[in-house]
Amino acid sequence: MELLINVLAATVVAGTPLLLAALGELICERSGVLNLGQEGMMLMGAVAGFVATLTSGSLVVGVAAAILAGIAMSLLFAFMAVTLAANQYAAGLALTIFGIGLSAFVGAGFVGESIDGFSRVAIPLLSDIPLIGRVLFDQDPLVYMSLVAFVAVWVFLRHTRGGLLLRAVGEDPEAANANGLKVLVVRYLAVAFGGGMAGLAGAYLSLAYTPMWTENMTAGRGWIALALVVFATWRPERVVLGAYLFGAASILHLVLQGLGWNISTELLAMLPYVVTILMLVLLSFNPARTRLNTPLSLGQPYRPGR
Amino acid sequence: MSAALRLKLENIVKEYPGCRANDGIDLTVESGEIHALLGENGAGKSTLMKVIYGVVQPDEGRMLWNGHPVKVDSPARARAMGIGMVFQHFSLFETLTVAENIALGLPTAEARDRRELDQRIREVSERYGMALDPRRYVSTLSVGERQRVEIIRCLIQETTLLILDEPTSVLTPQEVTDLFATLRKLAKEGCSILFISHKLEEVRSLCHNATVLRQGRVSGDCRPKDVSAADIARLMVGDDTPISTRVPAAEPGDVLLEVRDLSWKSSDPFGTSLKDVSVTLNQGEIVGIAGVAGNGQDELLKALSGEIRMDRGDMDLGGLGIGALSPDQRRKLGVAIVPEERLGRGAVPGMSLAENALLTASGQGLVDRGMIRFGRVRDFSRAVIRRFDVRCNGEDSTARSLSGGNLQKYIIGREALQNPRLLVASHPTWGVDVGSAVAIHEALVKLRDEGASILLISEDLDELYQLCSRIGALCDGRLSPLAPTSELTIEQLGQWMAGEFDSAEATHAAA
Amino acid sequence: MLLLERRPVDSTLMRWTSPVLALVLTVITGFVLFMAMGKDPVEGLTFFFITPVSDLIGLAELGLKMAPLLLCAAGLTVCYRAKLWNIGAEGHFLMGALGASVVAVQLVDVSGFWVLPVVLVAGIVAGMLWAAIAAGLKTHLNCNEILTTIMLNYIALNLLLYAVHGPLKDPYGFGFPQSVMFGDAALLPDLIPGTRLHLGLAFGLLAAVSVWVLFARSFIGFQLNVVGQDQRAAAFAGFSARRLTWFAFLVGGATAGLAGASEVTGPIGQLVPQVSPGYGYTAIIVVFLGRMHALGIIAASALLALTFIGGEMLQIAMNMPKAITGLFQGLLLFYLLTCDAFIHYRIRLKQPAIKPTPKAVTAATQES
Repeated sequence: MELLINVLAATVVAGTPLLLAALGELICERSGVLNLGQEGMMLMGAVAGFVATLTSGSLVVGVAAAILAGIAMSLLFAFMAVTLAANQYAAGLALTIFGIGLSAFVGAGFVGESIDGFSRVAIPLLSDIPLIGRVLFDQDPLVYMSLVAFVAVWVFLRHTRGGLLLRAVGEDPEAANANGLKVLVVRYLAVAFGGGMAGLAGAYLSLAYTPMWTENMTAGRGWIALALVVFATWRPERVVLGAYLFGAASILHLVLQGLGWNISTELLAMLPYVVTILMLVLLSFNPARTRLNTPLSLGQPYRPGR
Repeated sequence: MSAALRLKLENIVKEYPGCRANDGIDLTVESGEIHALLGENGAGKSTLMKVIYGVVQPDEGRMLWNGHPVKVDSPARARAMGIGMVFQHFSLFETLTVAENIALGLPTAEARDRRELDQRIREVSERYGMALDPRRYVSTLSVGERQRVEIIRCLIQETTLLILDEPTSVLTPQEVTDLFATLRKLAKEGCSILFISHKLEEVRSLCHNATVLRQGRVSGDCRPKDVSAADIARLMVGDDTPISTRVPAAEPGDVLLEVRDLSWKSSDPFGTSLKDVSVTLNQGEIVGIAGVAGNGQDELLKALSGEIRMDRGDMDLGGLGIGALSPDQRRKLGVAIVPEERLGRGAVPGMSLAENALLTASGQGLVDRGMIRFGRVRDFSRAVIRRFDVRCNGEDSTARSLSGGNLQKYIIGREALQNPRLLVASHPTWGVDVGSAVAIHEALVKLRDEGASILLISEDLDELYQLCSRIGALCDGRLSPLAPTSELTIEQLGQWMAGEFDSAEATHAAA
Repeated sequence: MLLLERRPVDSTLMRWTSPVLALVLTVITGFVLFMAMGKDPVEGLTFFFITPVSDLIGLAELGLKMAPLLLCAAGLTVCYRAKLWNIGAEGHFLMGALGASVVAVQLVDVSGFWVLPVVLVAGIVAGMLWAAIAAGLKTHLNCNEILTTIMLNYIALNLLLYAVHGPLKDPYGFGFPQSVMFGDAALLPDLIPGTRLHLGLAFGLLAAVSVWVLFARSFIGFQLNVVGQDQRAAAFAGFSARRLTWFAFLVGGATAGLAGASEVTGPIGQLVPQVSPGYGYTAIIVVFLGRMHALGIIAASALLALTFIGGEMLQIAMNMPKAITGLFQGLLLFYLLTCDAFIHYRIRLKQPAIKPTPKAVTAATQES
């Protein structure tokens, strides 16, 4: 039982950065914009959060800096992909390559430094619930933020006019424009939200998961988050499940080593990536469901008045 | 009918680079009047309605609304004034419900109470005889029902001038009757209607007055009930353009194409599946397929071209089963296809006419051991341009730079020069100027007289009646019986288009 | 207010000036960056762009770095022309290096002219196999190629790490994760004696020329172009997207695999974990910067090869972080895409004219 709780709690921790980034990307893609720059934005969030925390001594400042860095990066992307109507694939790739370079450059002087990261804060009462309490409600504050973000995104999409606007713009920007909706404004906001969440996801890595900075510390999590959104067919509740599933895959090697299995760490490190591909394969067996939920204008640049 | 002027346009001028779309247009619409705006494609109708609806600003001229000069700088402003517009291509969201779609077009305050909105939608729809459930998803609605959503969306906002752009082109004859009843009721209550069309008979039955545009100018005003359709047609196209007349029928030869029980299931939840389609084509005849867009026309064309493989059924060309062959294998056997979309399917927009010849004509000796023979490609392309009178700057012009009519002539010419045995053409004259349409019809008839079989898929019933020896209709992926044109009444065809036929009977009749 | 307006015809001039403009903007940004860091900008830029190529040795080093970039970029060009977003060149490259090494390690003590070709072919095949996974996932299971190729890159890296830590580890290598040194028969001959420049560059140039012939003359190149520009037209014409996808991916895998094999049989001479400083990713920039054209990618690969050497030079000479290479590469791609917008659009000061379109759905003057 104790082992199970520990494993599940570790799963939630490993899944949290994926959950944060994927929720942001989900909103972004629902507006019809595909931002492949997750990896770049997360890295910038991670390095900004770490450097800000190190210099200010405050984790709150660090988190704020990470979110702002993510938003700033996403606005660069939005300028190219939304305002200039550039190819979204190319612009997203550019953002990732740029983010990898810039974060390594900015963080070059901070490799090896260390900070006191977030520690766990048990929520009274809730953490007393058997099993779930220890797994979900005896965690660090950023885990709670990710849960709040999930509920907020879910309510927003389902029950608000803003969610309706977002879905309309994502389905058919031309028609949205004809209905008098501000397509570009909606898309900018959606991209910025995605950027902020990616920045936060990066901060989770450098301030909570492993409180330090190393080059490329996201190790493909941005890409996995992108796959997760597809796998979840743009539904937030499935994003949560998917994120924790990937979380489980990425800590599996620790569990196996704990059980005394002797498998090369390099081979076990492949697991999350293999699982990602398997998930995409699994999804392909039900194309109709994917088609029903895909934002129809996803990936297509739009300029009003063409 | 009161004589109060609802809308008055004076000397509207709108110029685009290289084209004066509106050149001093005057127009008046009284309250409660149904006013037709007639003209060919490119005559300036769409520009004028965009000016009225505030989508574009005129360079010159004045607009009076209920007697007061106004400047309409946006569609939002137009809507606030009481102008509603139903575009030909609907601005609806398939994944949202009727009520959600309507809510999106309303000010936030009015759309807040969903229950009240549902009630208002029901009231309006019942009052004007347009049954509609606000909770249904748009993706489940027929085209006619979608149009109702658009109209109700306008009416719910106290519209006093309703602009309809070619509203009947997507409807079956019965749905047209229903729509006209609604419009007449609206007009009786004082709502003005601007009815944009190129179908003369409809205009004659519905509209009080008509303004005809040609090349950006008003070429005449008339009371459609008092003049003949031919007179209006002359105003539309001018004196120097030939107007197509019925072509002499040909003697059909042996059976060329035989399709039996063709079925194909769409994997797209919004797509149309083909169900037991059977059709026989003889050499030297043109057979027409009518139907409202989205009822399986595109799927039928793709099944014949080989772009999609049928799940079940037989397809014989000259006694040879072709159902399992790929598009280029079928092309080698003499199958030519002219798809509905000229740009982006029939031709690659950014490529030159010569390169576009390679798209389907590579089998005409234009490729040798995997390498392109550019000299021959150019020769072939030049031959098409010359023989079919394609107006362009030579074979290096991009497909995008040609007008719709000229590109269509090029595409049809490209197929015709390959001496096809079977030509399947979808909406070949849609959005094409009258001159090119006549040329295209002539090219089809010439091919037919040379012995080719032609399957003509079209929404334009006039075109079908004019060219075809037999006509049927597609509805929801099923094909009606095919009847000789001379024996088929438009009412019967309308029923077929609405799906009122027995599938078994259809199979039987076609066999 | 500044407004973007669609040009009636795309600008050919802008298409080719855009990369130059992007380079100029990158250099200007670099200038500002050096100043902000309190370094002499002229000195810094000289160390980055000029010093590395001021002698024969330097030029040979440039060619050495160009070779893998050019090979990877040639293959990616074939993919990107068909709008197949294969970002797996890095993975193909690593597998190529691994495949070649597996064979070379078996043949350390063998001599004979056939050894090198066998080793290179092993690399090519390994790269193709890796690309075939992504191709099959795309054509048969409709998996997005961006995500699968990226994942395959990470998997390839871990496979390579596994190999150098395990089965291919040199038992006498003092515990370092690396293979034994290859035999002489498995090493690429030098192109210029006295330098490290090897035959790999010739492979790269050959690949670029092949790409040129493919797209300028061959029907399959035409088909790839059509698929890339207009999938619906390609389907209508009957060009098999599945066949073309396989072709493009296999070419991409083969060239990148050869690049990987050339790297281990060329300058390195053994398999090491850091066999690639990100050639496969940088090649993406080469393709975009080179306008997916043979001559363009040759020039672009030279420029991006320079960013690798320039970064190392700055690290040594001015004690700057080596990461400046990645930063410059990212900036370059960023500026390029921004400048590319002006191929299709131009800036106007006043209200744009809206063209009449048959689809009359465009409405509402949207603020931008």
